[in-house]
Amino acid sequence: MIGCREAVQRLWEYLDGTVEPDERVLVEEHLARCRTCCGELEFAKELRRMLARRPDGDLPADVLQRLDQTIEELGT
Amino acid sequence: MHVAADAETVRADPGEAFRTLAREQLPRLLSTARRIVGDDAEDMVQECLLKAFQRYGQLRDVAAGPAWLTSILVNCCRDLARASARQPDEIDFEALEQFSLFRHIAYEDPYPYSDSLHLDFLEEFGCDDVRAVVMRLPLTYRVPLVLVYMEGFLAREVAEMLDVPLGTVLSRLHRGRKLFEKQMWEYAEQSGLLQRKDEP
Repeated sequence: MIGCREAVQRLWEYLDGTVEPDERVLVEEHLARCRTCCGELEFAKELRRMLARRPDGDLPADVLQRLDQTIEELGT
Repeated sequence: MHVAADAETVRADPGEAFRTLAREQLPRLLSTARRIVGDDAEDMVQECLLKAFQRYGQLRDVAAGPAWLTSILVNCCRDLARASARQPDEIDFEALEQFSLFRHIAYEDPYPYSDSLHLDFLEEFGCDDVRAVVMRLPLTYRVPLVLVYMEGFLAREVAEMLDVPLGTVLSRLHRGRKLFEKQMWEYAEQSGLLQRKDEP
């Protein structure tokens, strides 16, 4: 059995799939009986979604154009 | 999606094969560079393209082209950071290890009239805010965080790109996430994102 502190320390690794199988079991056992850590888990998922978010039209067209010109000129 | 040129095309016209790869990857390279070095992104991609073109003959597996280009880009960014190095602020990792943004938000309760406190906090962050928070992290932690959570590379791919053991990447990711959470709170405080909502 692990406590909240140990479970929270492993939550992102748990979501990444990088915890060892025996640790995964310990995290899941803890989550099954701790509502606060389930909240932490959902929050971690939201944070990950936020990091991965890619805004439309984010890249400046003029910069892309200049870099594309660089590519065009390479080796020609 | 990356469509690798076949080996025959690469042999017949390596210049054209490189240009095809570079054009295809350009938006992703620029996006990654902006997340790692902010305003210096264009210069870093430019430098990356020049170096990659010179070394294209060394690329053994054309399917690995995107990761190979990213690796060159990341190293250009690290060189830039080294050249303009300032002493990073000392980080208290012991205190950092205890920090949980989730619990901190619950404790501080910045929106007392909200029944979805944590989501409300996250919704205050636009893409520019997230980028600004990431830019506050020391480069050592910023690079793996950007590559894994923003660009979708696997930790083992990042280990190869940075030429460090997988354990080092996992450890930097762990600390990087903690730092990111801590910086999110500090950024929210400093940028006025915590102004109380729905107050009667």
